Amino acid sequence: MAEISKEQVKHVAHLARLAITDEEVETMTKQLGDIIKYAELLNELDTENVEPTTHVLDLKNVMRKDEPKKWIEKEDALKNAPDQQDGQFRVPSILE
Amino acid sequence: MSLFDYSLKELQNKLHNKEITVSDLVSESYNRIKAVDEDVKAFLTLNEEEAINKAKQLDQQENKDSSLLFGIPLGVKDNIVTKGLRTTCGSQFLDNFHDPLYDATVVEKLQAEHTVTIGKLNMDEFAMGSSNENSSYFTTRNPWNTEYVPGGSSGGSAASVAAREVFFSLGSDTGGSIRQPAAFCGVVGLKPTYGLVSRFGLVAFASSLDQIGPITRTVEDNAHLLQAIVGNDPMDATSANVDIPTYSDAFKEDVKGMKIAVPKEYLQEGVSPEVKDAVLQALKVYEDMGATWEEVSLPHSKYAVAAYYLLASSEASANLARFDGVRYGVRSEKAENMIDMFKLSRSEGFGDEVKRRIMLGTFALSSGYYDAYYKKAQKVRTLIKNDFDKVFEDYDVIIGPTTPTPAFKVGEIIDDPLTMYANDILTIPVNLAGVPGMSIPCGFSSQGLPIGLQIIGKHFDESTIYRTAYAFEQATDHHKQKPVLGGDR
Repeated sequence: MAEISKEQVKHVAHLARLAITDEEVETMTKQLGDIIKYAELLNELDTENVEPTTHVLDLKNVMRKDEPKKWIEKEDALKNAPDQQDGQFRVPSILE
Repeated sequence: MSLFDYSLKELQNKLHNKEITVSDLVSESYNRIKAVDEDVKAFLTLNEEEAINKAKQLDQQENKDSSLLFGIPLGVKDNIVTKGLRTTCGSQFLDNFHDPLYDATVVEKLQAEHTVTIGKLNMDEFAMGSSNENSSYFTTRNPWNTEYVPGGSSGGSAASVAAREVFFSLGSDTGGSIRQPAAFCGVVGLKPTYGLVSRFGLVAFASSLDQIGPITRTVEDNAHLLQAIVGNDPMDATSANVDIPTYSDAFKEDVKGMKIAVPKEYLQEGVSPEVKDAVLQALKVYEDMGATWEEVSLPHSKYAVAAYYLLASSEASANLARFDGVRYGVRSEKAENMIDMFKLSRSEGFGDEVKRRIMLGTFALSSGYYDAYYKKAQKVRTLIKNDFDKVFEDYDVIIGPTTPTPAFKVGEIIDDPLTMYANDILTIPVNLAGVPGMSIPCGFSSQGLPIGLQIIGKHFDESTIYRTAYAFEQATDHHKQKPVLGGDR
């Protein structure tokens, strides 16, 4: 597997919705490269016929009745928001 | 002597006999915090006014259900949501999160037992770290020597109990975050079986690994705190529906005939001679009590750290997507459009380690790399889990060190992520396998820093861990040692 490039780091930062400075691109490229190189250790193992574990408990689709119930009021839900207006969260415009 | 040197049972007797009041217990906490927290730096937020009022209220009422936890001062790790009490996860992103809307299920359960929440405890940002140095506020110090780290990420939770600032605390453990700081601070910390304790209201880091657990001074009181927080919760779909035993029943049995497995990988190079000696001494204690131990192998141990960082970071990258600057937390003032608002708010609000892990996780999940990294790590997780299953076919518990070394100095390895990650080499496999693990004090280094013994049990067999740990505690006095802080001189 290839090393991680600066371009990849910038792409991943965009996917992760992180704004990173040129300086951070440099450090991250090195640090992520080191960590990924270390993770290559796993390739020593033959896992061809091994099932992946996503979860250790034997649980499948835990369902409950689809019943509405009272929980958090709208005013309360807005209480910790950085910006709000007319009972709604306010954000910068999405459309030009 | 501190009131917090007594046991829960002794304190309840004193309350019952009117030798002390709940207000005395709560004052003990805040007086101690005022005396030593300038050095220990365990608390991010105090709940003083509320706590004092609650104490007065409890002093007016009777302990009707004879709860062992009635009126006992509790510290809560700051990634566990507390209604109306600031919850920051050690992050600038949540610096202004003053008014959480609900209590985590564990907090609700403890309110029902009438504990008193003293404050919120410092931690590595979003529980990512092994030293507390990743807190975006300040670094909690090890009460045994304040030049040293308390461990992490539940550093505040372990340090506050060791320093007698609270009677007990809650931590959370994703790759060792309860057991490692418990070992570094010389207290008792349990990571329960995955699914035993509800995660509802625990700000998610890696959902398939996270567990909340109790941190206490003694094994006995640890069992009492666990008893109060376990149980199936409809609000957490991953919460297990299992019969809950009475954990204190485990103390009636001794360890005669118990079969202990000691993984050779846990005593290999990288484990300091002092730690190894302390563990071998502990095994001698078990032999003297009639238990037997044998060397076994957990052959995939050396792959655990790599698998863990891929899995935990992948889950974190998804979980932390919720911090978008819309509903809570900080929002960047600089953004002019929506995407920039996400990016700038997150970049201003998150620290380096959190960004690093989000990046690693996003990379491991991204198109073209998913199979090579994420899925590969999940397959290795299966191999690690199988290692444990195999050993537990023949043995009652697994014992080894909690950490390869005692606490290190503040600033010593913070710039080297891989060395920092290696700290968790003995605790991470337990989370990947989902089994329970506990750290108890088993000695001190030549520099006077605590050493932790790790006891690992089968799924949902916390009782055998408690039996094993209690027998050792009865036979030794490591847990009776106290750190000397500035305020004590």
